[in-house]
Amino acid sequence: MVISAHSKEDTFRMLSVIPDPEIPVVNIYEMGMLRDVLITDKGYEIILTPTYTGCPAMGIIEQDIKMTLKKNGVFPVTVKMVYDPPWTTDRMSDVAKKKLKAYGIAPPLHSSCTQDVFNNNIIECPRCHSGDTVLISRFGATACKSLYKCNNCKEPFEYFKCH
Amino acid sequence: MTEQDALYKYCLRLGDDALIHSYRLSEWCSNAPILEEDLALTNFALDMIGRAQLLLTYAGQLEGKGRTDDDLAYRRSEREYFNHLLLELPNGDFAHTIARLLFSSVWEYYFFNELQHSRDTTLAAIAAKTVKEVKYHMAHATDWAIRLGDGTEESNHRMQKAIDDLWMYTGELFETDEQTAILRDKNIAADMAMIKAKWRQEIERIIGEATLTMPKDEYMQTGSSTGIHTEYLGHILSEMQYLQRAYPEATW
Repeated sequence: MVISAHSKEDTFRMLSVIPDPEIPVVNIYEMGMLRDVLITDKGYEIILTPTYTGCPAMGIIEQDIKMTLKKNGVFPVTVKMVYDPPWTTDRMSDVAKKKLKAYGIAPPLHSSCTQDVFNNNIIECPRCHSGDTVLISRFGATACKSLYKCNNCKEPFEYFKCH
Repeated sequence: MTEQDALYKYCLRLGDDALIHSYRLSEWCSNAPILEEDLALTNFALDMIGRAQLLLTYAGQLEGKGRTDDDLAYRRSEREYFNHLLLELPNGDFAHTIARLLFSSVWEYYFFNELQHSRDTTLAAIAAKTVKEVKYHMAHATDWAIRLGDGTEESNHRMQKAIDDLWMYTGELFETDEQTAILRDKNIAADMAMIKAKWRQEIERIIGEATLTMPKDEYMQTGSSTGIHTEYLGHILSEMQYLQRAYPEATW
């Protein structure tokens, strides 16, 4: 028997401070990974949507959720991964995109559901805001990012790929 | 064969494809021609291992014997693996790795595009996720095939040899059997005839743009749908499964 001492809103608020382990400047709520909190007589069920199928951060996020809620006296907790509908970069909030840019990562232009993922997109340099940038590598240090170089300020930077 | 059995084997096969191709691409880690390529190939390997986890976990649930994704990956022998032969072949030179990625990613693109409309909602969700990732693999393989084919005399020669060498392993990708027929009738499996036509058209387009010549359809290798493999799979498994075979249930 669970006494719902914590409302759905409270639980959301507690979870919203959990950072993305790969990009700690944004949290899992802003990234659109935290989908729902279900409170039933069996406890609290946290519904998560993984960004990339092979993203190693998902295991860490699951642990962080359990620890955060335990600290706040919320239990019992289960974490469920839901793949339908799939996560896309459209789920990322505008706040998250602004934070990414301030952190030095160019935010995604759109979701990969559109046809023009690979069509001469102009990716603005997050440092000097020049549009004169060039793709160095479509793949970077994590599954979600590509590498670019700015021809104006000459700095390399990461771009969060459309997904 | 019941629908449940057929679906189990269908998911197992797709999971094995992702797992074995991922293994091969991981072998390029720290060995690729340039750093960016090292990142690209291992990124694909990561996408594929994620896909393998989803598919093998689901296969384990369908089987109903309590086997996890790890059990299925580490405790099955060669004859119980159903990945397509193409994906277990050695990496060869860079052109061979690109040819394998080209043939398989174009196939996966059309295949998972179809499968995302499957009546089985779990499979449809995995397919929808996979399409997004495969688009990047396909774009990369296409770029390289064209760059090498339409490059120097040497790179053209090597790319042509790679597609010629691997061509006989592409026939298998479109085979259908009893299990796919059962699932096809229920709108669970994808329609291979349609995928074959689209695959062929796209491969022809890319090979043309790369100034290469389409290989002739001659003898096609087959066998993986019944667990008959090339000599290479056994060597992959002996390395991949060593730890779990020597120290069952080992964790860290």
